[in-house]
Amino acid sequence: MTIPVLGLEVPPIDHLINWPSFLFDDTPFAINKVVLIYFFATIVTILFFFMASRRAARVPRGMQNLAEASIDFIREGVILQTIGPDGMRFLPFLLAMFFFIFFSNITEVIPFIQFPANARMAVPMFLALLVWFIYNIVGIAKQGPLHYLKNSLIPPGVPWPLLFLVVPIEFVSTFLVRPFSLAVRLFANMLAGHLILVTFAVICAALFSKTLLVVILPFSFGLLVGLTGFEVLVAVLQAFIFTILAAVYIGGSMHPEH
Amino acid sequence: MLRLLLFTLAQQEPGELGDGLTAIGQGIVYGAAAIGPGIGIGIVVGNAITAMARQPESAGVVRTTMFLGIAFTEALALFGFVLSFIL
Repeated sequence: MTIPVLGLEVPPIDHLINWPSFLFDDTPFAINKVVLIYFFATIVTILFFFMASRRAARVPRGMQNLAEASIDFIREGVILQTIGPDGMRFLPFLLAMFFFIFFSNITEVIPFIQFPANARMAVPMFLALLVWFIYNIVGIAKQGPLHYLKNSLIPPGVPWPLLFLVVPIEFVSTFLVRPFSLAVRLFANMLAGHLILVTFAVICAALFSKTLLVVILPFSFGLLVGLTGFEVLVAVLQAFIFTILAAVYIGGSMHPEH
Repeated sequence: MLRLLLFTLAQQEPGELGDGLTAIGQGIVYGAAAIGPGIGIGIVVGNAITAMARQPESAGVVRTTMFLGIAFTEALALFGFVLSFIL
């Protein structure tokens, strides 16, 4: 018993995030829109720093200025605050990861692309696994395997009977939930943003009619524009949060709590 | 009212009732998962604002820590969001 005017046809979620592959069909190298967006993000990240460093001058101008500001932001805002001065060798990794995630998120609001590639689980999961391997390897190399396991499983100052409870919890939270939540945080934020934009776009399209309901259209459209601006903020923020959490995890395995 | 409801239910195909209940379940899962993190993020941001107002010179450090706290708190709501699609 849907009222025809209000009967909104919101497309099902498979229709929104499943893209057909159009090249190299039925092979592991099949290419669809999501893969193209990742190519775009990779190329733009490489080009950005290549162009910035091509004519490097003592007094930076234009592109170089932007690149130096972003490097400074990762160094001051992320590494020095979480790892410390000895974490500087992770600067290239964290910087590249920040820009790759940012460029594959920002396609959410670029006209005619309008799909955040990170709204599919695969690449966020891969990046989270990469971070997982790095912080485990760093911890093992820095502290030795037994010390690393002891420091990450046994928090300091816990009375020994509680250890039976604390050690399994710490194991699950450090080695299992951490990479999963890192991936899901990025993936679910981008998926939610995409769904919100789609919902408001569908509402706007349905209100664009010759009925009296058209008076609501400006409000709905205004909200759509506002939410698009909000999604730009979310794209930057999620790239930043992913980077800083990776830095926190790496810092945690480099400097254990005593 | 109840008779109307039962009459409507009797008209449904067997599969449709399950689909409807699944949809209700999805709504409840996400709604319930958003309660705790909503309160938690409120506490995190509120205390961060208090700290920034008391010591404006430490606003940079507080802001970074605030985003970290939000990220950890928000994860639970996002698990609920993803779970509501898996259901």
